[in-house]
Amino acid sequence: MLKGMLEGRGRIWWAAIIILMFLLPFILPRFYLYLLSIILLTGLLATSLNLVLGYGGIFQFHHAVFYGAGAYGTALILTKTGLSPWVSFIVGPLVSAALGLIIGWICIRLSKLYFAMLQISLGSLVWIIVYRWYSFTGGDDGIHGIPLPDILSSSNNAYYFTLIVTLICLFAMYKIVKSPFGSTLQGMRDNPVRCEMIGINVKRQQLLALMIAGFFAGVAGSLFVVVDNTVFPDMLFWTLSLEICIMCLLGGWFTFLGPMLGAAIIIALRTFVSTYTTYWALVLGILMALVIFFLPNGVLGYIEEKIKKGFIEPVIKE
Amino acid sequence: MLEVKSLSKSFDGFKAVNNANLDVRKGEIVAVIGPNGAGKTTLFNLITGILKPDSGTVHFRGENITGLPSYEICRKRISRSFQVVNIFPRLTVFENVQVSILSRERRTWNLFTPSSKLAVEETNRILESVGLVQKKDRTTALLSHGDRKVLEIAMALGGDPEFLILDEPTAGMAPEETVRCIDLVKHLSEKLGLTILFCEHDMEIVFGIADRIMVMVRGATIVQGSCDEVRCNEAVQEAYLGGSDVCLM
Repeated sequence: MLKGMLEGRGRIWWAAIIILMFLLPFILPRFYLYLLSIILLTGLLATSLNLVLGYGGIFQFHHAVFYGAGAYGTALILTKTGLSPWVSFIVGPLVSAALGLIIGWICIRLSKLYFAMLQISLGSLVWIIVYRWYSFTGGDDGIHGIPLPDILSSSNNAYYFTLIVTLICLFAMYKIVKSPFGSTLQGMRDNPVRCEMIGINVKRQQLLALMIAGFFAGVAGSLFVVVDNTVFPDMLFWTLSLEICIMCLLGGWFTFLGPMLGAAIIIALRTFVSTYTTYWALVLGILMALVIFFLPNGVLGYIEEKIKKGFIEPVIKE
Repeated sequence: MLEVKSLSKSFDGFKAVNNANLDVRKGEIVAVIGPNGAGKTTLFNLITGILKPDSGTVHFRGENITGLPSYEICRKRISRSFQVVNIFPRLTVFENVQVSILSRERRTWNLFTPSSKLAVEETNRILESVGLVQKKDRTTALLSHGDRKVLEIAMALGGDPEFLILDEPTAGMAPEETVRCIDLVKHLSEKLGLTILFCEHDMEIVFGIADRIMVMVRGATIVQGSCDEVRCNEAVQEAYLGGSDVCLM
């Protein structure tokens, strides 16, 4: 579907959406810009998870740890060193990629649920270090009032920065999914034994995927620092990882933009439904149950299926 | 070309392969036959690195490949197809073969070139040669069983093999699909000069296309020789026909 949307008139639609997003700061109040920035960076985080979960079939159940590592990497450089702030936006994601390599290298010898359990354990280990190391990470208080370059200090500019970086990252991930690396990643998801038998070193390939996913999760973490000026240990907690998994499932984990849609749905629900009831998670639970029963491929997966069958084709072709 | 010596593999004390011996010369078609549970698939798994042997050696073109991982064995131009269909069900027919070629060309770490522009000609050529080019855009989950088995062979060909191992290539196929598959195997041997090792239960196929036959019983090689040598061999008659003096085929 995405391929179709990137060709012909689909390009015009995309251009229109992107231009609209650039114009939103002139229309929307500050709160909604903040919300949109959070949706964008969380969507980026969920898309990075989907790279290994949906496309790679790797049970990365504690992905939030790489998000937190990127955020803390950026925040610590901004607060504790005299380095250029722009260096911190590079170092944060690199810290996440390195952590992805280390945790991945340990876990990759296991597969499926065993991989997931070990990954959750190691991720929780990182979380507890961050949570307890008061002198370095600020412990359970986290780090607040992180100094940012002047150009990013206004909410409009923070939004633009988040939008531009997210678009670049999504484009890069889309290229990766469509590259030979992406093709083999999907092959490994479907059948790792067969992959080995056509000459692919599956473990090494998976390790690279985990590093790439960790890197983009780290970018999302760095963006959070820009948008929120703060970091806290809950960013590395396993409940967030679960939430990102739900975003992938809800949006459609065999689709490229499904996780972004899932992130938008969940964050919007959390923000708007929680103003009416404290039991917003109940609404989410019911929604999830309905999705699992009626849309097993997620919302976007369902739409793609309909397009393939020709039900919605005329609308897209226009 | 391939030399297997005293290969053994046990699972929880059960000797699945017990002192198997096999040699295959360049350009030959060699069949491995034996009753169900004789250890044929385990032998193929040991040769291709999916399992590691407890003892014994496997040499390919004089090089010891015993216990190497599957992907390294594949890179030495040994390809195989599986008894139970083993493909990528969410990918299209074209992508299944293309991934195999990209792997051989060591492009799997290429992150930014679109796959759609790579190895297109070769993928089409292979699909053409196996008769699947008309169905190249179909998701493989939608193929018939026979087509999936042929696709397996096409994926193996993507590795540009010198040595092809086929584990029951016609299992579960309709009669007309079987004929097509056998013609394909003959074509691969005669036109492309591939060396082929296969196992099969259908004796008509075995005696129809094999140059030589190896017979396995309870994990051990009981005889390896030409079709005529195997046909009336006493040990083979004992294994297949319970000691009757009727020749196979």
